[in-house]
Amino acid sequence: MNYLYYPGCSLTASAREYDLATRALMTAVGANLTEIDDWTCCGASAAAPISQLLSLSLSARNLALAEQTAPDGQVLVPCSACYLNLKKAHEALRSDAERRATINEALAAVNLTATGSIRVRHLLDVLAVDIGAARLAPLVTRSLSGLTVAPYYGCQCLRPYPEFDDPERPVSMEPLIEATGALVHVWEMGGRCCGASLVSTQPDAGLGRVCTILKAAKGADLIATVCPMCQMNLDAWQASASRMAGENLAITVVYLPQLLGLAMGLDSDELGLDLNLAILDGFREKIKP
Amino acid sequence: MQPHSATGSPTPDDGSTALDHVRNMVSACIQCGTCTGSCPNALEMDLTPRKMWRLVILERLADVMASRTFILCSACYTCTLRCPRGLPLTTAMETLKGIAFTRREARHRNSRLFYEKFMQTVRHHGRLHEMAFMTGYFTAMKNPLTPLRFAPLGMKLMGKGKVEMGFGKSAATHLDALFDKVAEIERAAAAPLEKESHA
Ligand code: SF4
Ligand code: SF4
Repeated sequence: MNYLYYPGCSLTASAREYDLATRALMTAVGANLTEIDDWTCCGASAAAPISQLLSLSLSARNLALAEQTAPDGQVLVPCSACYLNLKKAHEALRSDAERRATINEALAAVNLTATGSIRVRHLLDVLAVDIGAARLAPLVTRSLSGLTVAPYYGCQCLRPYPEFDDPERPVSMEPLIEATGALVHVWEMGGRCCGASLVSTQPDAGLGRVCTILKAAKGADLIATVCPMCQMNLDAWQASASRMAGENLAITVVYLPQLLGLAMGLDSDELGLDLNLAILDGFREKIKP
Repeated sequence: MQPHSATGSPTPDDGSTALDHVRNMVSACIQCGTCTGSCPNALEMDLTPRKMWRLVILERLADVMASRTFILCSACYTCTLRCPRGLPLTTAMETLKGIAFTRREARHRNSRLFYEKFMQTVRHHGRLHEMAFMTGYFTAMKNPLTPLRFAPLGMKLMGKGKVEMGFGKSAATHLDALFDKVAEIERAAAAPLEKESHA
C-alpha cells in the first residue's frame, strides 16, 4: 500500500502528535507514505469566502505536485478541513472542464498543471476501508479491554461527500475500536459539529458545542478523534467548557491512530502521547507497558 | 487605505451582484426550516438560516449584512446534506461572509481581519506560520486587550512546544505568483459583468 502524504499546517504544529501517530501506525501496518514535496497550505476555511478560485487553486497546487510523483496515486490526508479542500479541488478538476481550465490557468503562474487523476482519501477512510479491522486485530498486542471509547468523527470527513461512511450515523470507527478490545460508547454526538474555529474566534457562541459533546461523552473513558480542529476544541478548551457547564467535563482525548498504535504495542513517545493536552491518569495507568 | 481583497483585487462591486449569485443558490427554498432545525449554531444566530434565505431571496442586502448569522456558520454541512431541495447552503453562507468582507462591513471587521491576515501569511510563507499570523492579526486589530482572549490557549500550546507553525521544507515557498494570477483571472471575469450591470 502506497500513499502520497499531505500533512497540512496543523500537523506541523498544534497537532504534531497526529502526524507522529499517523506515520508510526501506517508503518506498523506495512503501508508506505511519501510526503508531497514542497506542499503548501490548502487555504483552510479562510480562502473560500475571499475567493473560491483561490481556494481551489491552493489545493490544486498540492494535487499537481502529487501527480508529478504518482499520476495514479492516492493522497492520504489526516486533517478533515484539508481533506475537504483537496477533495473539492479534485472534484472540480475531474467533473468540470471549464473550472479545470481556469484552475490550470492559475497554476500556470507557478509552472504546474493538475488533471485531477489523484484520489483524495481521509485517514479514516484508509484505516477503515484499506486496512480494516480484520488486518488490525491480529496486530493487537496490548488489549484495551476495560476501556470504553467514544468515536468522534466531526463534520468534514463525513459531509458533504459521503465517501466511506453514513454522514448522519457514522460507524466506520467502531470495528477499529472493537479490534483493540475496547468497547464503543453509544452516543448521538459522533457526527455533531464541535464548533470548529468558532470556539477560538467566538468562544461565547462556540464553547456551547464543546460542552454538549463532552457531556454526552460521560460514561466513556476517552474520546477518539480524526481531525486536529476537533481534537483541539475537545482537549484544549476542556477547562473553559467545564466552567461554562458548571461541572467537571475532563476526559481523555486522543487521535484514533494514537489509540490503535497503543493497542499494537507502539511506544507512547513514538505516538506523541506527551504532546496531548488531555490525558487522564486512569488512562495513563491502563496503557502502561 | 485602498479597499482590497486578500488576493489584491480591487472590489468594484457593492455586493448586490454577488448577492444575486447567492439568491440563485437558494431561490428554490420552500421555507421548510430543515436547515434551522439541523444547525448546531442556530440558537446563537440573530437570524435563523431559514429567515436568512428569505431575506436573500427578497434582496434585503442591508438586513443580510447586518446579521452575524453567516459569521456563526461553522461549515458543518448538516443543512446542505438535509435540505429537501438540495441547495448548496454552506457555500451560500461562505459567499455571504465574502460579501461582508468585500464591503468592509464595520460589524464584521474582526472576522475579516482574521481571514485576511491568515491568507497574507499563506501568501508570504506558503504555510501557516502561527506566530506571524497572530502578530499580524493583533497588530491589525489595534486592540491590545484581544491577545488576552487567546492567552490561555497560547500558553497551553507553548508549553508543549506547539506554537510555531510551518517549519519544514517549503516553509518559505511564497505564493505571490499564484495569488496574483487568481486576482487577474477574477478581474477579467468580473469586467463584462460590471458593464452589464451598469448598462
Ligand atoms: S432546508 Fe432548504 S428548503 Fe428548507 S428552509 Fe432551509 S434552505 Fe429552504
Ligand atoms: S453548515 Fe453552517 S448554517 Fe449549515 S447547519 Fe452547519 S453551521 Fe448551520
